[in-house]
Amino acid sequence: MSEIITEPEQGPGNEARRRWMAVLARASRAELEAEWSDLPRPPSYEWLRRPEVGLVMVRGRAGGTGQAFNLGEMAVTRCALRLADAAFGAVATGHAYVKGRDRRHAELAAAFDALLQTPDGRGPAQEAVRRLADRRAAEREQRSRKANATRVEFFTMVRGENPR
Amino acid sequence: MTAAFETGFDTSRLATGFADPVLDAQAAFRRLLAAFSYVGRIQEVAEIAEIPAPLNAATASFCLTLADLETPLWLDGAAGRPAVAAWLRFHCGAPLADAPEGAAFAVVADPAAMPRLDRFAPGTDQYPDRSCTVVIQVEALSQGQGQGQGQTLRLQGPGIDGTLDLVVTGLPPWFAETWALNHAIYPMGVDLVLTCGRKLVALPRGTRIEG
Repeated sequence: MSEIITEPEQGPGNEARRRWMAVLARASRAELEAEWSDLPRPPSYEWLRRPEVGLVMVRGRAGGTGQAFNLGEMAVTRCALRLADAAFGAVATGHAYVKGRDRRHAELAAAFDALLQTPDGRGPAQEAVRRLADRRAAEREQRSRKANATRVEFFTMVRGENPR
Repeated sequence: MTAAFETGFDTSRLATGFADPVLDAQAAFRRLLAAFSYVGRIQEVAEIAEIPAPLNAATASFCLTLADLETPLWLDGAAGRPAVAAWLRFHCGAPLADAPEGAAFAVVADPAAMPRLDRFAPGTDQYPDRSCTVVIQVEALSQGQGQGQGQTLRLQGPGIDGTLDLVVTGLPPWFAETWALNHAIYPMGVDLVLTCGRKLVALPRGTRIEG
């Protein structure tokens, strides 16, 4: 899957875009649907590439050491769309690559991506992305707290080094 | 980085491709198959909503249907605009060749300035299929006896019952001469597709042309 993603001329930097695309890809479809229906003015769009499901080879160091190797294939859904009009101050294209086979998830993620690149659509969309990111961070915090609560401390008694 | 970066094309102006990539590509493939089976007979493809200039519908259909990541594509000076390059890379995923020699498909939008046919890959004796298919956009294309201007090509060979006349406007003056050389190295040689608007006609290497 080779891809053309370039930074729009007056848009935000690639780094910011990478961050929000990651948040949108990790959010659940239900969350995105909710945020989408809360938008004051959901845009209409047309397809550049309808959602399609494909496989991506995931590479990594299985044991944490050694050479990266092919771990296995993962289903990925991608799509690209273009806002139908310049009602938000600019024409923009949105891209999405999301894990799994949920076409609607990819569609919503791409639509948010496009909206985030327009001067007038950015505000509400950024709010949505912030909420999604906060929720993800809270979940992660919760999980690590739970894991931490069951932590077992091991210590070894070594002769001659016991605390007095 | 990507070619889009190099060419500086802003992808927010990227045009759409086939409305239905699967069915439209199948329909276009059927027309191309007919064109190569019935050599010299004009076929018509469906219209495409958005095509970056200067490509015509037939050339665009050809590329969207056949070009992919295994077929380096060469664009001539007139066709090699950033909008066209970005569009083809996005919808076909085809790499762009720097020179005609390295291309599996070539698109010529300005035949007057095109390189001679021997610049394109003719394949080898062992692998004649590793040759280039050159798509040439011409000004006018019609069947039968020429009315008015235009060069009448009398075609003969496989796929043609007897002879067939094709009237073409816009081919370079050296065309007949280089085609004879191309035909002479059979089974090697390049295949041509002439396009005009939605019309296209195939001239495979085995065709003899009296012009």
